[in-house]
Amino acid sequence: MISIPAAVDVAALKDTTLLNMGIFGLFVAVTMVIVLRASRNNKTAADYYAAGRSFTGSQNGTAIAGDYLSAASFLGITGAIAINGYDGFMYSIGFLVAWLVALLLVAELLRNTGKFTMADVLSFRLKQRPVRIAAAISTLAVCFFYLLAQMAGAGSLISLLLGISDWGGQALVIIVVGALMIMYVLIGGMKGTTWVQIIKAMLLIAGAAVMTFWVLAIYGFNLSDLLGGAVETAKNPAVLNPGLQYGKTETSKLDFMSLGLALVLGTAALPHVLMRFYTVPTAKEARKSVVWSIGLIGLFYLFTLVLGYGAAALVGADTIKAAPGGVNSAAPLLAFYLGGPLLLGFISAVAFATILAVVAGLTITAAASFAHDIYASVIAKGKADADTEVKVARRTVVVIGIMAILGGIFANGQNVAFLVALAFAVAASANLPTIIYSLFWRRFTTQGAVWSMYGGLASAIILIVLSPVVSGAKTSMLPGANFAIFPLSNPGIVSIPLAFLLGWLGTVLDKKREDTVKQAEMEVRSLTGVGAEKAVDH
Amino acid sequence: MGNSARTPDVAASADFEEVQATEQFKELRKRHRSFVFPMAAAFLLWYFAYVLLADYAVDFMSAKVWGNINVGLIMGLLQFVTTFAITGWYVSYCNRKLDPIAAEIRHGIEGHEFDKAGNRVGGDTQ
Repeated sequence: MISIPAAVDVAALKDTTLLNMGIFGLFVAVTMVIVLRASRNNKTAADYYAAGRSFTGSQNGTAIAGDYLSAASFLGITGAIAINGYDGFMYSIGFLVAWLVALLLVAELLRNTGKFTMADVLSFRLKQRPVRIAAAISTLAVCFFYLLAQMAGAGSLISLLLGISDWGGQALVIIVVGALMIMYVLIGGMKGTTWVQIIKAMLLIAGAAVMTFWVLAIYGFNLSDLLGGAVETAKNPAVLNPGLQYGKTETSKLDFMSLGLALVLGTAALPHVLMRFYTVPTAKEARKSVVWSIGLIGLFYLFTLVLGYGAAALVGADTIKAAPGGVNSAAPLLAFYLGGPLLLGFISAVAFATILAVVAGLTITAAASFAHDIYASVIAKGKADADTEVKVARRTVVVIGIMAILGGIFANGQNVAFLVALAFAVAASANLPTIIYSLFWRRFTTQGAVWSMYGGLASAIILIVLSPVVSGAKTSMLPGANFAIFPLSNPGIVSIPLAFLLGWLGTVLDKKREDTVKQAEMEVRSLTGVGAEKAVDH
Repeated sequence: MGNSARTPDVAASADFEEVQATEQFKELRKRHRSFVFPMAAAFLLWYFAYVLLADYAVDFMSAKVWGNINVGLIMGLLQFVTTFAITGWYVSYCNRKLDPIAAEIRHGIEGHEFDKAGNRVGGDTQ
């Protein structure tokens, strides 16, 4: 049976505002109680940053899925598929395949060598100070880009739900979301944040599963009929084929390659994902976490395929684009079409929770990096005690929270999956080469690390600034200006190889050799887990 | 470090260069690298082949196979299948080939078999 899509009345959404707020309020209340309970035993730095390393692999895997399945995945990918068809599916595939890089090359080795932050690993056998500062700066930069995307998602969602399209109203709600997030992180630390991630991941996957089942049921569980429905509504058979968004010109094809590269290499270099590997007691649990998250994330991305084409068929691209929140509103509009205000309320509350939880995870990562890498190791030169360090981390949380609120207010209605892809490009350029080199290349030196990290970070950010994302196009952040001399909207294809090259060049040109004892220690620790595992009784 | 989070390090007195030079450790490293490097190369090649096809072979990817389901969709779904398969393969390889030998070496270090001369006891690692 194929139903004819009834028009979704976007204006009627306003009537459900109270219900939405009620469901959202309930979620906040329940999670706040859990955060309070979880945080009772937050005493040491290991408790605050790494949740006392007390989570199991499956719990942590669910939390990683929670961290990873951000508003970008849910709102952004569904919207991208609904509008651009097959090209949107590309995000799902890149975001998933990327986990193999994390699983095979990074997760366990990193768990075995570090303590709290990415910089712990990168500076293990190199000179502490320069490498730690570079790693902390790139951590802060990646977190900031990622935060921008989440806050842009919050803005879209709010404007849709409350029908608020005026600047002041949206700003007010972003401030409320930001303030809530600061509270979660201050009170709960990593443990509370992890529990929020776990609950939210389960709700998100359950909600997406219900919607997927529903959409498939409408089409008699026949994927081909669903795709046919999308073609019919769009009146364009090309929605099923690659190239609708990126196939127009040679430049846009190159942009697609660049996006593909950034997606697959970015995940294993995202500081807030890397930090999650420290919340489990052993490397084996770290591996189990990744396996769990690959399963959950893969399942979820299969759902987004159905949801995206479902939104294209049942709601229609024109309605989605015209709704407040634009392309990011596809999933909530589909929920409204399927289950009316109640399902919309539930899905929106989950999407809100997603943003809140991901922002909390990013904030704690950035705060840990500042307090642990910059304050404790560089400013206080290792003389700060753990209490002072946690105090600095908490203050950093407030500062970052305020920055995120401001960034969110100014972030415009760009597709959040697209904005997140920029964060991936920055992460893959600034962090991945140094992570890979320091784990696998014995000869790698401090100079190589510093060149690669600063070179990758600077080239990625400069190319973004000089790209059509910032100026020179109708959809730019500054549509009035035009200094877009770099034609691609994703810098990955240039900045990632450049960062690898700089890491190699910096090393071979370095006359100094690094400490071979430290190299031996890092290699043995990373592969055997000695010292990071619970010791056996002798 | 400003933290005393880690329990006293059982490996603090170990001579890691000595461990690194043992045949057992070399075997562990070889087994790890001979699995992860070719596997990483393989899935990256397969992924980029897919991206290139979607980018430059639109007609091929748009060819209908069954109803509205085209080659591109099937290849996209195959990326999911290979990702799950490689994950499963890696886990079973670790359980069979890596974990036992890693545990042996670890126990050796914890049992102070590789201690440096003039053993210094306890202390943090960094």
